[in-house]
Amino acid sequence: MRSIDAGYLVLAAILFSIGAFGLLVRRNPLVMLMCVELMLNAVNLTFVAFGMMLGDLAGQVTVLFVLVVAAAEVVVGLGIVVAMARRRPGATADDIRVLRG
Amino acid sequence: METTAVEYVVFALCAVIVLAGAFGVIWFRNPVQAALSLVATLFGVAVLFLNMNAQFLAAVQVIVYTGAIVVLILFVIMLLGVDVEEDLEEEPLVGQRVIALVIAAGVAGLVVAGVTLGGADLVSGARSVTGSIVDDVSNIEQIGRLLFTEYVFALEITAVLLTIAVIAAVVMSRRPSEVEPLPAENASMEPPEPMEPEAEEVFD
Repeated sequence: MRSIDAGYLVLAAILFSIGAFGLLVRRNPLVMLMCVELMLNAVNLTFVAFGMMLGDLAGQVTVLFVLVVAAAEVVVGLGIVVAMARRRPGATADDIRVLRG
Repeated sequence: METTAVEYVVFALCAVIVLAGAFGVIWFRNPVQAALSLVATLFGVAVLFLNMNAQFLAAVQVIVYTGAIVVLILFVIMLLGVDVEEDLEEEPLVGQRVIALVIAAGVAGLVVAGVTLGGADLVSGARSVTGSIVDDVSNIEQIGRLLFTEYVFALEITAVLLTIAVIAAVVMSRRPSEVEPLPAENASMEPPEPMEPEAEEVFD
């Protein structure tokens, strides 16, 4: 293993932790969605790095599927944010509990 | 495969950009600024993909993430006018930040320790099970072949997932005929403004 490979993995771990910290701390639902994107990107970086280390394309194909799922997640998440903000402007993540039936 | 000096320099520069952008996402109070620093992070990750010979993914990263996802987030911010600055001084839950910091530092510490202590044994799986990376065939051609042979069912399910997401987005952001604003639960929260009927007709 080359030292730069370890660098990629360490960078991805730090990026993932920053995203997790933001997700736990921030209350604006839009910023929380962005933090989820950060975590997904960290995992993508890890997939490509491991694929490169193993000389395997499966890592890159998996990243493609993760991208699609991330896009779908953002679309649905933003739909929820729009529906929530229309009923209560300035809503934070705590107000999502009004979604319960 | 030998690591060239250029690879190290590109990695170091991109690592700084990626981490600075990630800090910006959780640091800026204004969601617009957070979204713009998210763009910096995504571009840095795209260049790192190029550095790892994943040219197709680098292009897709720029097009899908910065071109579609972040623009979508920015559109929602502008559309709803929710670019109010969040008060980061007050802590809504007691000890929330400390616990979050402990969790994040724990995750980072465990993975970094695993990577650095693992050494050469870190990657011990079978090499090139599905498709090996061939140097003289273009990256996009190899991925395309793999997508339509080995992963064709996953590709089809992905299409179904995207269709479901589009329908869900339309259903959820549809403006219902009568919307009752939820009552504000505590006195500090301002009551929501009533909808103007003119605006509804434009959307219909």
